[in-house]
Amino acid sequence: MNAKRLNQASYYEASARARIAGLVDAGSFDEFCPPALQQTSPHLALLDAPLAFDDGVVVGSARMDNRPILIAAQEGRFNGGSVGEVHGAKIRGLLIRAVREKPAAVILLVDSGGVRLHEANAGLIAISEIMRALLDAQAAGIPVIAVVGGSCGAFGGMGIVTRMCDVVVMSEEGRLSLSGPEVIETVKGVGEFDAKDKALVWRTTGGKLRRTLGEAAYLVDDNLDAFRSTLAEILGIARPDNALAALKADQAALTARRSTLADSADGLDIWRRAGFPAPEQVPMLDTDTFNILLAAHPLELAHE
Amino acid sequence: MSDGLIFDRLFGPSAHQVAIRGHFVRGQASIAGRRVEVIGTWDAAALDSALTLELAAAVLACVEAPRPPGEAPPPIVFIADTEGQALSRHEELLGLNGYFAHLARCVDLARRSGHQTLTLVNGQAVSGGFLAFGLLADRICALPGAQVRVMDLRAMARVTKIPFERLEVLASESPVFAPGAENYWRMGGIHEVWPDDRADWRPLLAEALAAIDASPAGDQRPQLGANRGGRLLAARIAERVALG
Repeated sequence: MNAKRLNQASYYEASARARIAGLVDAGSFDEFCPPALQQTSPHLALLDAPLAFDDGVVVGSARMDNRPILIAAQEGRFNGGSVGEVHGAKIRGLLIRAVREKPAAVILLVDSGGVRLHEANAGLIAISEIMRALLDAQAAGIPVIAVVGGSCGAFGGMGIVTRMCDVVVMSEEGRLSLSGPEVIETVKGVGEFDAKDKALVWRTTGGKLRRTLGEAAYLVDDNLDAFRSTLAEILGIARPDNALAALKADQAALTARRSTLADSADGLDIWRRAGFPAPEQVPMLDTDTFNILLAAHPLELAHE
Repeated sequence: MSDGLIFDRLFGPSAHQVAIRGHFVRGQASIAGRRVEVIGTWDAAALDSALTLELAAAVLACVEAPRPPGEAPPPIVFIADTEGQALSRHEELLGLNGYFAHLARCVDLARRSGHQTLTLVNGQAVSGGFLAFGLLADRICALPGAQVRVMDLRAMARVTKIPFERLEVLASESPVFAPGAENYWRMGGIHEVWPDDRADWRPLLAEALAAIDASPAGDQRPQLGANRGGRLLAARIAERVALG
């Protein structure tokens, strides 16, 4: 058993189960509510829609660098990782368990478009219940870490949940936002957001932009070992802080961000403002080069 | 209700000072001899980063406000009237989801600081705009005529590729995707739907606040959904994962 085994496989391409297997100590994963229980969604069944025995999310306990963790992985290939009643209850249950077990962290491998429309009301309520349970876990001192690097990104309610986490780790392939570009284009027109312009979508929601804004604390290469080593590093240092002083600081930073970015159309303007020498080249930069440039040219928020 | 009449019905004509500025609601009122803070959104607000920060600042101000020794933190009554999150590329660039996450944290801080939190859905509560604050309260009541939804049935038919006619039939049998406060009540997502035959809502409001005191700590909504028969699995599965 080699805990330091190199796993260069793509995180983006991997399934939820392969991601867990590639991130945690070998043989340490113990799944809760496993597929053998066949806990499928009764609401999808009513619509004759395809079912999954895990309802699109894998939850369990494991060890990472020999520290106990709880981990959830959404399966983007099943209904876009969307949250329905069963799916949401599994994540909520994991966060409740964390309060009792006091793991080193709860790690959420987010890969989701948000609420599952086939059971929309149940999904919306479930996400608010995940939010409550996440806040309870943080209040108990348990850090919650979000990882975003899959094909569905972190959108809708799961975009909110991701930003409630103490640390967000992304790859440049990851996308983190609220409303999907298609939804905005459908409602507001192609002039507001051209969802087919993938480069624009990426400069508006992608990992490099989110890292520049500080929403993601780490930008890593798209391979399992890069995620694993970063997560192992975070385990020892992440601490939840939802106290008044922290929230007042967040209020000030979010207020400043609005004025700093008031005239920014997308990531290009932001990299220009941050002083990147060739902003238009940023999408082509490899992760290491980008991280070095960002350290040299951090985005300074305007003061009101 | 488009004007401030709801505050007369909630608190009595002379027991509130609530100002409506654009889509933002803020003020103080009293009910059953207790002072309450009123914070909310108005006129089907599309919740954007600016309005979200106004709401969060108001919540933080309540938490910070000095109080005479021995006085309990006042309850916060949230008025939720929102058509959902603002749909805008610039708001996405700013990371509107992070603004919502911040507001949710502020609401939770108020709860943990001893403020009871009560949401009154007035008009409509839709999707992300409801998630950002309304759904985080200790207790959630729908005022008469309030609409609650993620998406209307026609849009849902387009996205899920299930024919509208079929969805309409299914909606009449199951509360899980059809819009409506009653459906959310059956699933435990809304604690009460207020009857529309009362001119004076003061007794209902006082009872709703008293019910928060009487409820066990923690999120009871999954169990409520099971008890009401609208959401049978949420509580059971979370418990299986939490304790299994």
